[in-house]
Amino acid sequence: MLKFDNITYTYHTKEGETTAVKDLTFEVGNGQFVSVIGPSGCGKTTILSLAAGILAPSSGQVIRENGEFGYMLQRDALFSWRTVEQNIYLPLEVKKRNTPEMRGKAVALAEKYGLKDFLKKTPDQLSGGMRQRVALIRTLAAEPDILMLDEPFSALDYQTRLEVCDDVQAIIKGEKKTALLVTHDISEAIALSDKVVVLSARPARVVAQHEINFGDGSPKKRRECPEFSQTFEVLRKELGI
Amino acid sequence: MKKNLNYSHEHIVYLKKQRNKKIIIIVSRILILVFILGIWELCAQVKLIDPFITSSPSRVIRTIGDLQKNGTLFYHIGITLGETIAGFAIAVILGYAIAVVLWSSDSVRKVLEPYIVVLNSLPKIALGPLIIIWIGTGYTAIIFMTVIVSIIVCIMNMLAGFIAVDNTKLLLMKSMGANKLTTLRKLIIPASLPALMNTLKVAVGLAWIGSIMGEYIVSRAGLGYLIVYGGQVFKLDLVMTATFILCVLAGGMYAIISLIEKRFHRH
Repeated sequence: MLKFDNITYTYHTKEGETTAVKDLTFEVGNGQFVSVIGPSGCGKTTILSLAAGILAPSSGQVIRENGEFGYMLQRDALFSWRTVEQNIYLPLEVKKRNTPEMRGKAVALAEKYGLKDFLKKTPDQLSGGMRQRVALIRTLAAEPDILMLDEPFSALDYQTRLEVCDDVQAIIKGEKKTALLVTHDISEAIALSDKVVVLSARPARVVAQHEINFGDGSPKKRRECPEFSQTFEVLRKELGI
Repeated sequence: MKKNLNYSHEHIVYLKKQRNKKIIIIVSRILILVFILGIWELCAQVKLIDPFITSSPSRVIRTIGDLQKNGTLFYHIGITLGETIAGFAIAVILGYAIAVVLWSSDSVRKVLEPYIVVLNSLPKIALGPLIIIWIGTGYTAIIFMTVIVSIIVCIMNMLAGFIAVDNTKLLLMKSMGANKLTTLRKLIIPASLPALMNTLKVAVGLAWIGSIMGEYIVSRAGLGYLIVYGGQVFKLDLVMTATFILCVLAGGMYAIISLIEKRFHRH
């Protein structure tokens, strides 16, 4: 479980101070997929950094029940000098858990999700969607309890985006991971999540929270449900677009 | 490379064209050299230019033969080559280490920045007299000269390479909880490999400048010494010969580094 309890965060630059997040309270339950949406530049990435402990809040408290988290970024950041397999081992090496057992698990995970034939290739030889899939497996290799997703699909073209989106959701649900996604894409948030947290413009506050439980849980089915467009309209209004 | 015999006719024609182009380039390169040497020799033979002042290819070859006979050819080459390689190696290793320190600390970098800028623009030959007085007149002085001439560029090039590493990748390392040392080992060093190759190429040229300059100021042996000595006693054959040998050595060292770079590129 991950809980934001009355979090305020102010960052300082030479030009002055900016409050990015104010009195933020929400919760991500175990095994839940929660999306945070908000207008561009409302401090979404700050929220992930706070959740991951890279930044310390100015006031309030981030409560993390189980510590290990994995980060998935806007761009895949795969290392071109390593093969796909070696890229997946990176977090194991960094966290000093590079045992044959962990490596075996990581490879098994990669093979389970269709990367078997790509393990010995270099990232340059992969398509954008495939690269993002490798990035997800890399994140999962260190067996994190909570996944933080920072607009991981925004750099992809529309078609690939839908594909990878479904893909990633299936993998995360399949591995029963808790996930926190930040995005500015309303339909992505609805399609993927169990809960959507809507933020205001900066300083970000919680405008509304919605539990989403129509469809059978797959993003594809959910997009076809009649409730999809209704929810979309509600969120759109709350975002003030 | 594996040959595939099932290429279409068009592809074979294409490959042939590519190969012919390569051959033409190589042949042209050789022809230019032969042409220049030929004109030089011819003008000297028919006394259009005075070979006492300009020397000539045949006289250069004769001088190489003479040096070889009295046993000093490889002695001089060995000394200059040794000084250059030693200075080059020290400059690259030390420069790399200093760049790592500057990368690891923002404050240290900012404090030292003006000093590096000044040292970079200072003509190193101005330090000649000081080096002689402080270090003496042996090879160490020349190696020292070589190091100071090439090290600043090594530091600045490598530092620029380190800083240019993609921010997203740095954020990734941070999100995995990597410390500075791990980030350096897993990300910065491999990511900046192209910068290192570039640095080696620039540094090798500067190392030659440093060692020859050092030998001009202070030396009793080496190719730079031969050039200065030849100039003083008006033996232009000796000057030309030493210069020619330098060309070959410098070209050779550059070629070795290019080969190393190609090897790395394949991996």
